[in-house]
Amino acid sequence: MSRIAEFSIEYQQCLAATGELVTPLPAFATQAGALIELYEWMVLLRVFDAKAINLQRTGKMGTYPSSLGQEGVFVGIGDAMQATDVFVPYYRDSGVLLQRGATISQLLQYWGGDERGSDFKECPEDFPICVPIATQFLHAAGIATAIKYRHQKRAVVVTGGDGSSSKGDFYEALNVAGEWQLPVVFIINNNQWAISVPRTAQTHCKTIAQKAIAAGIPGIQVDGNDAIAMRDAVDQALQRARNGEGPTLIEAVTYRLCDHTTADDATRYVPKEQIEKAWQEEPIRRLRQYLEQHHQWDEKKEQQLQQRCQEQVNAAVEEYIATPLQPVSSIFDYMYETLPKSLQQQRQAAEQEGR
Amino acid sequence: MAEITMVEAVTQALAYEMQQDKDVVLMGEDIGLNGGVFRATDGLYKRFGAERVIDTPLAETMIAGLAIGMAAQGLKPVVEFQFMGFIYPALDQLINHAARLRNRTRGRLTCPMVARAPFGGGIHAPEHHSESTEALFAHIPGLKVVIPSSPARAYGLLLAAIRDPDPVIFLEPKRIYRLVKQDVPDDGKALPLEKCFVLREGSDVTLISWGASMHETLQAADQLAEQGIHADVIDVASIKPLDIDTIVASVAKTGRAVIVHEAARTGGVGAEIASLLNEHCLLSLLAPVQRVTGFDTVMPYLKLEKKYLPSVNRIIEGVMKTMEFA
Ligand SMILES: Cc1ncc(C[n+]2csc(CCOP(=O)(O)OP(=O)(O)O)c2C)c(N)n1
Ligand SMILES: [Mg+2]
Repeated sequence: MSRIAEFSIEYQQCLAATGELVTPLPAFATQAGALIELYEWMVLLRVFDAKAINLQRTGKMGTYPSSLGQEGVFVGIGDAMQATDVFVPYYRDSGVLLQRGATISQLLQYWGGDERGSDFKECPEDFPICVPIATQFLHAAGIATAIKYRHQKRAVVVTGGDGSSSKGDFYEALNVAGEWQLPVVFIINNNQWAISVPRTAQTHCKTIAQKAIAAGIPGIQVDGNDAIAMRDAVDQALQRARNGEGPTLIEAVTYRLCDHTTADDATRYVPKEQIEKAWQEEPIRRLRQYLEQHHQWDEKKEQQLQQRCQEQVNAAVEEYIATPLQPVSSIFDYMYETLPKSLQQQRQAAEQEGR
Repeated sequence: MAEITMVEAVTQALAYEMQQDKDVVLMGEDIGLNGGVFRATDGLYKRFGAERVIDTPLAETMIAGLAIGMAAQGLKPVVEFQFMGFIYPALDQLINHAARLRNRTRGRLTCPMVARAPFGGGIHAPEHHSESTEALFAHIPGLKVVIPSSPARAYGLLLAAIRDPDPVIFLEPKRIYRLVKQDVPDDGKALPLEKCFVLREGSDVTLISWGASMHETLQAADQLAEQGIHADVIDVASIKPLDIDTIVASVAKTGRAVIVHEAARTGGVGAEIASLLNEHCLLSLLAPVQRVTGFDTVMPYLKLEKKYLPSVNRIIEGVMKTMEFA
């Protein structure tokens, strides 16, 4: 027998858990303020998350999936994308959506059960949050098909969880993106859990990144707790995509330091030692250590940032709470461009009932 | 001008709209050089090129998902599912996304796509190739469902479906793809989507059908006319949204209604129409509404498929039942 093909998967990390650099900083990170910006987004996301959970607990919002521990993944993505790129989220990407220009009060609106929360003004081509697992990968491939059809120089980023990488839609999307060399970057937030099912029960594959190999596209594993590496990996993949060099799969390895959602109780299944260990590797602490070691950050700046984030989130919460309900007619008004006659009758009936 | 078949009318409509609108893109399995297994895209690959007549990898969920992303970008994908029996992997995408995109983004993103699929029995096809499940789609808020039954209506309705700003499921009764030929001027004129077509006028009974069964229904009407029973014959064509007004106006006149469809009986579109007739013109009815339909069974394989499909005789029997009431 002879060998006809050989493959390997690379691992990218810049900043170790201790805050030490294990590889030189990528170019973007050497620009003044670049790392502070990443850091500030992560802190804002963590403050927002805590508030969102609190709102759910006090009955002011519906179920919410937190990003706790995974901020490096999302903030890296949001920072690498350009306004003209298109983002196709799953449901744990609050961070990216905020960086894209969705407002905090809009995200609260969405999770609070108001469709207007998906009417993004600043990123009008981005898809809304996607709940049916893995379906979004195909939308991203479709958007990328349109971009390619029109010979535009921009790209699509789509996210999903480690669990989503088991579903057919994921493979179908990777496969067609490879075959058609579409400008799309697939990112798996491998947070080690799909609700209560661990990553190891999801696939016998050693990495999720290697699923790219079967599609004939590059796959890379990145330390998702390292916002610098994440930002760099996504940026490089996006540049290739925009230049017509095809898709990439990025597996971001991180840890879900929270319940799956506010409807979940992870103490039922997460081993305590595992979560304690994961806390040692989380993304915010390590970047803060790096910034402090390099005299770019200190306790006073931290306190000011925390206060700014609290104020920003609190103001958004007030805006969210004060937003009037949509009229009942709104449940009809976006079904079709022109409302069919039978629905006009139902709309009238609903309005009368509402009086 | 040469007369064309229904499948040729489909091709003609696709070609017309592709010529007019560069945003119209076709996708499907074997639709390229091969022109589709029924030849509905015959010649379009040569004429418009591989960029616009796209042979996809073999994955139905993918076809629907791609179309949604493309449509959200303003393209008008017209995708072919090779047979309706293989559209089911795409239901997730069609129901959870295509049908809802406009609503869940408050109109920010829309989904102007068409999903075409040949459907129905009677061509001696293998298992899974002959079912009629239009009711599944008609049940889904946000979708439109259209079924032509003649070359002219295939042409006009397909143009309307492509131009429609919302997702349309366009089901093509393959048994009649080549049954009749008609003059179909290639004038780019669309037919309305929320309208029934009254094919015959009579005063004694209303026959309501769509798709391939339209042909047995018309034959039944001819035979009934010889016996002095004159039928209004309606091609529903737009299964959703349904033009109930035209149907009600007819039944108010005739007092009798027989609904004919190939699909299984329970939960079929016929049940919806019967219910609407009760709501809107119960007091005009001289007899209970009759349904002549496929059975609530698995579609039999080719040896017995004829027994499943509503025959001219069964339709006439249905009419006679309504005539038993004075
Ligand atoms: C198709 C589908 N099946 C099941 C669910 C219910 N569900 C929601 S989240 C989830 C786990 C997803 O895990 P993963 O993909 O790893 O993403 P994570 O939530 O961990 O970020 C499940 C099973 C769903 N939303 N969609
Ligand atoms: Mg997960």
